[in-house]
Amino acid sequence: MALESVPMTKDLIAQHNLTDDEYKKIVEILGREPNLTELGMFSVMWSEHCSYKSSRVHLRKLPTTGPRVVQGPGENAGAVDIGDGLCVVFKMESHNHPSFIEPYQGAATGVGGILRDVFTMGARPIALLDSLRFGGLDTAKNRHLMKGVVAGIAGYGNCMGVPTVGGEVRFDDIYSLNPLVNAFCLGIAHKDKIFRGTAAGVGNPVIYFGSKTGRDGIHGATMASDSFDDESEQKRPTVQVGDPFQEKLLLEACLELMAGDLLVGIQDMGAAGLTSSSCEMASRAGNGIELDLTHVPRREPGMTPYELMLSESQERMLMVAKAGKEEECIRICRKWDLDVAVVGKVTGDGMLRVLDRGKVVAEIPAKALADDGPRYERPYSPPAYQDMLTNLNYDAIADVKDANAALLSLLESPTIASKRWVYEQYDHMVRTNTMVRPGSDAAVVRIKGTNKAVAMTVDCNGRYCLLHPYEGARLAVAEAARNLVCSGAEPIGLTDCLNFGNPERPDIMWQFVLAIEGMKDACEHFKIPIVSGNVSFYNETNGLSIYPTPMLGMVGLIEEAERAMTQWFREDGDAVLLLGKSRDDLGGSEYLKVVHHREQGSPPFLSLETEKALQDFILRVIREGLVQSAHDCSDGGLAVALAESCVSAPGVRRGAVVRLPLDSLRRDALLFGESQSRAILSVKPDVAETLLNRAWDAGIPAAKIGTVGGDRLVIDVEKGRWSDGCRIDLPLEQVHDRWANAIERVLGDT
Amino acid sequence: MKIGVVVFPGSNCDHDCEHVFKDVLGQYVEMIWHKETLLAGLDAIVIPGGFSYGDYLRTGAIARFSPVMGAVKEFAQKGGLVIGICNGFQILLEAGLLPGAMLRNRSLHFICKDVHVRVENAATPFTNACHPGQVLKIPIAHADGNYYTDPVTLAGLKANAQVVFRYCDADGRVTPEANPNGSLDNIAGIRNAEGNVLGLMPHPERCAESVLGNEDGKLIFLSMLESLKKNKKPLKMVEA
Repeated sequence: MALESVPMTKDLIAQHNLTDDEYKKIVEILGREPNLTELGMFSVMWSEHCSYKSSRVHLRKLPTTGPRVVQGPGENAGAVDIGDGLCVVFKMESHNHPSFIEPYQGAATGVGGILRDVFTMGARPIALLDSLRFGGLDTAKNRHLMKGVVAGIAGYGNCMGVPTVGGEVRFDDIYSLNPLVNAFCLGIAHKDKIFRGTAAGVGNPVIYFGSKTGRDGIHGATMASDSFDDESEQKRPTVQVGDPFQEKLLLEACLELMAGDLLVGIQDMGAAGLTSSSCEMASRAGNGIELDLTHVPRREPGMTPYELMLSESQERMLMVAKAGKEEECIRICRKWDLDVAVVGKVTGDGMLRVLDRGKVVAEIPAKALADDGPRYERPYSPPAYQDMLTNLNYDAIADVKDANAALLSLLESPTIASKRWVYEQYDHMVRTNTMVRPGSDAAVVRIKGTNKAVAMTVDCNGRYCLLHPYEGARLAVAEAARNLVCSGAEPIGLTDCLNFGNPERPDIMWQFVLAIEGMKDACEHFKIPIVSGNVSFYNETNGLSIYPTPMLGMVGLIEEAERAMTQWFREDGDAVLLLGKSRDDLGGSEYLKVVHHREQGSPPFLSLETEKALQDFILRVIREGLVQSAHDCSDGGLAVALAESCVSAPGVRRGAVVRLPLDSLRRDALLFGESQSRAILSVKPDVAETLLNRAWDAGIPAAKIGTVGGDRLVIDVEKGRWSDGCRIDLPLEQVHDRWANAIERVLGDT
Repeated sequence: MKIGVVVFPGSNCDHDCEHVFKDVLGQYVEMIWHKETLLAGLDAIVIPGGFSYGDYLRTGAIARFSPVMGAVKEFAQKGGLVIGICNGFQILLEAGLLPGAMLRNRSLHFICKDVHVRVENAATPFTNACHPGQVLKIPIAHADGNYYTDPVTLAGLKANAQVVFRYCDADGRVTPEANPNGSLDNIAGIRNAEGNVLGLMPHPERCAESVLGNEDGKLIFLSMLESLKKNKKPLKMVEA
């Protein structure tokens, strides 16, 4: 065997982000020193990004099964049965690091990657959502990042013809040097026509198709497994460049290939490119693959095997075809103007063997690369500052006096304000399925050919997770589910994208471990399986870590599409009901941050039993057709939720007159506290009483608090046991203007 | 009726147009690959929206050279109904089947939202189910919908009642505020002098079903079917 020989120095090994022990393990596996190409292949496959070496022992605790689960974690995406022989295929993935370095391309290729994960499974993508985190918009850099990311998502998704139907954007200065870009995609597939990344059948041809391979994105996976410092912008060449037109052709070609009886397995070339796709497919089937790089279509001459194996050029796929079907596969790829070549074959010896012009340039057991990477049980312990964060003396914080002013400042806080400036740049209607557009609790798309619809939401309050990672993660699951239920959907599955700092730090690992526990407990209680996901560590710059942000993408099923529900008031005269109990839950609230500049306290109290009872009740009455609107109370509390129900309907505004008893609460806690397990429903006046009685019977505190109508939002807080009352009384025009135009005012013409 | 929907590489509203004609209106639909040069027995042709050829160079600039466009031109010259929606409109402009050109939106952003358009000419095969001055709510989704042409052409368009739709507010007032993209004279859609070719930026196929909350767009497709029914004369095979 003739392997190129480059001396393996300590420097070279360190440059590849491998530890001494990891290197020793490589030598052990190979029974010799690796060559440079092999070292590169190990370094990407054993990177945190690809190997999940710090997270895997904990991820195992998450519930991943259920009667509807068709495909759990471990494939390109998860799949959940929705009946009628169909399933939804979905996943969420991060593209944080590239998006900080080059926001447009970073975000665009994030969308491209998640789309490929979904259509690789045989599903036609029908919806995209995005979860974004930026620093405050008072700096030019953050405005630049946000504009670039939004333009990148729009540029890619719009061209692909997959609607971006929803998402969320939150702002906190902690994300200034490490914004988060998490993209979610959902597709529809026939349950019995799911494709997997497997290289079964010794002798079957391995076919490369899509774009040519270039020198872009080499070591992208390794970059995503490292922290940032001031030099990070020099890493721009490691960011890939996306071509959505090419991907659109790839999508159509894939679906056409899959419609015939041609394929054994297929996988996209994402992080770690040709290396990951080949070794993972081989490993899943317990086989090997022999690749001949001579045939790999390339963008420029003189590329080395190292570069070809590590390139992360976008819009490329690897498929294993049935023997004898090569010609048909090639014909279809050419029809769509794609580069295509047979680059290898499946072997029975379990080796990933790479040849270049007849010479073996790498030879590694596929399983060793794909599955036998290092596993770490990293130490974890709470940070010293944790108590300082949660201890908050509320007596030192004056209760709200001018509730009008407080409400208006919350409504124009970019985290709460309308994201119209963002979603109007996204085509959110193409494919003509969008029943509920961006701007309600969840996006709803109908499933053509059935009576059904699917609701989707992405959620996570990083501040809650900072204050208590376990509670924060439970709250994220509860809120995502509540958003779906308020849209008339039953939650059926979850994907996650776990964004954290450096796992080698015990305090960060503590956040991670607790967040996993929280997700696990909540998902088990709600019986929502986690079917796919992604971990993004090292989200820190110059040692400053982001808030722990376990982003969730949750999917719900609406059996009768016409029962889809929205958050805005529908008819004057309707009764406004508040379900659930308000408490003194000011900790971690947007109100404390915006009005008192504090990000402190304990996150709101959550009882999973109470939450589940509330959700079951809401879903039941929506399905019975008794509800006109339903809106979950979250950021900014009851007052903001009421304001949103008044002004968030497209093109229409409806006022409300509301009266709230203060009892023994603080005024600010009642109006702006973020107590969980609450929702605002509006119903026809004649069903209000029955509904309230039924709620109490189900153990849910419920009250009629007001009536829809008029051109003002009036909230009268009655005098309580300890405090005087107060009054919010604002013209809808002003409420709407502050909320709807806040972000555009900041970003409009800078 | 037999409706042909042209598919370019990068078309992405092709399935949406197919769905409306086939599943909503019960017509026969044939998807026409851009490399085809024979258009047999079609009653009307739809050039759908999307990003043909990735919008590279300029929207519609490459698609106009596709083999199928020769046949589309011939079909139009023989009086066949051709409707170009969004990118389809841009292609018809580039191909010279309609006058004028598209500039970048005034905001320089892609814009996706509902807009209102006023039916300026209800005596076309695409609008005969509307009444003159009727206001339709139809979504737009484009980055280059800022219609432009020279003053002489504009005068001609106006004189011949070729402006079919103008952006307006909900009450039908054609105002600068109601113009989403900076389009000359609030123009949202035009027809050719003969009246059988229409281009419009809004997407009527996105609002042709009650489940989507709006059926205004259906009027345009119903108009087409109505006028085809009236003038049904079998078309012979057209060679490019």
